[in-house]
Amino acid sequence: MPNNPPILEFKSGSFSVPILVLFTDDLKAIKQQLQEKVDLAPEFFKKSPLIFDVQKLNKQGHSVDISALVDIMRQFGLLPTGIRGGNAQQNKEALELLIPVYSVHTSTTLPDTQKQKIVIPEPVADINTTATTLITRPVRSGQRIYASGDLVVLAPVSAGAEIMSEGNIHIYNTLRGRALAGVQGNADARIFCSDLQAELISIAGNYKISEAISSNVGKKSVQVYLQGHTLIIQDIV
Amino acid sequence: MTRIIVVTSGKGGVGKTTTSAAIAMGVAQKGHKTAVIDFDVGLRNLDLIMGCERRVVYDIVNVIYGEATLNQALIRDKHCEQLYILPASQTRDKDALSQEGVGQILEELAAKDFEYVVCDSPAGIEKGAHLAMYFADDAFVVTNPEVASVRDSDRMLGILSSKSRRAEQGLEPIKEYLLLTRYSPERVRIGEMLSVADVQDILSLHLLGVIPESKSVLTASNSGMPVILDEKSDAGQAYADIVARYLGEDKPHRFIEEKKGLFGKFFGSK
Repeated sequence: MPNNPPILEFKSGSFSVPILVLFTDDLKAIKQQLQEKVDLAPEFFKKSPLIFDVQKLNKQGHSVDISALVDIMRQFGLLPTGIRGGNAQQNKEALELLIPVYSVHTSTTLPDTQKQKIVIPEPVADINTTATTLITRPVRSGQRIYASGDLVVLAPVSAGAEIMSEGNIHIYNTLRGRALAGVQGNADARIFCSDLQAELISIAGNYKISEAISSNVGKKSVQVYLQGHTLIIQDIV
Repeated sequence: MTRIIVVTSGKGGVGKTTTSAAIAMGVAQKGHKTAVIDFDVGLRNLDLIMGCERRVVYDIVNVIYGEATLNQALIRDKHCEQLYILPASQTRDKDALSQEGVGQILEELAAKDFEYVVCDSPAGIEKGAHLAMYFADDAFVVTNPEVASVRDSDRMLGILSSKSRRAEQGLEPIKEYLLLTRYSPERVRIGEMLSVADVQDILSLHLLGVIPESKSVLTASNSGMPVILDEKSDAGQAYADIVARYLGEDKPHRFIEEKKGLFGKFFGSK
């Protein structure tokens, strides 16, 4: 029997989605304002996914009927795909409407006094932060690892293995396989490695194969970075 | 508790079946009730190495398809009564095996108080090899000291850590042990072979033992006697050491250094 073709695969991705921040519970006013905005750029809002943020509203002690709110947004052709900053009751209502709940970096269970101190991050920064991936077991030949943030590997990476990261790659061991940093085009990404014997190294699509890598870079700590379109391998002293 | 051991390598011809037979015999001789299963459906060999080929009636595929009971298919070894062999089918191929079927056999063996089950994996990374390792608790990775074998072992280790039952269910990972077979210190010295250190450097794996290249392995295979029964041979002793180490004894490694001949003894050659 031949190998089965893959049926599906989970991948991680980040999208930029507009967030509608609400300051009032006055549905009529919301409707009116929304109408004005949509009239300005009807094509932009048509069938656009949207996350609505009720945190400011809740802070002021207002509460809003989630299902009525969702109805209004849908009337304008918007597709609400998430709620943020809602309290337990609002989150529950949203989930009943099959609208996912996103967390803001503040916990709703904190007492009010603590809540005041927490600085709410800019929505843009919120979308772009991705955690560091840590690998502690050897990456074996044939294995692939993809990290959407930085990637830290404490074990050897074997020949025939492939590690990829949208950010930097740190390998505190021997790299014999392939390491590709900044795979989504981040030219500032770097590769740090304590024993570079790689088959291939790449930053933002600019690569060097093992033949082109000088053999005396192994067994010591080096960093790889991009200068123009050239990969520079440099000792870390 | 039954402990399931898979003897695997990725590459063919490195000594998986020889090792399976020797390990199973060694563990059984220490008084543990042991079964050894041949997963190489279509290329049945274990029965030859174990010297029971003339007593095979039913095989693992018959058991999976309900054409025979496990008791009917298990062959009791003639040297050691704690050891049982479940042969592979010669007339079918690996697709005749199923995960549920293999799982049921292993459960049944556990219910029969088997302490160790040794799964002799076929070469490759396809279905037979996959099923042989899927339920394993321990993996004996058999590697020859040459680059192709080392790379294939590395690939197999990747599969062990991502596609086994333990990996899928998020349990404690399979314990992996390195067995370096067909080792010849003389050939390492003249640079024809990778050294133990080279292989360990690449695979970063716990070394369970080194089996020296030995004529006794071929002789044993041809006569249907697991090589561990040949206590005079270096390969037999190496396997006995490995079994002892696996069962928790502390044995120093042997067969890594060159045997010094009479000339060497006098002059301390290296």
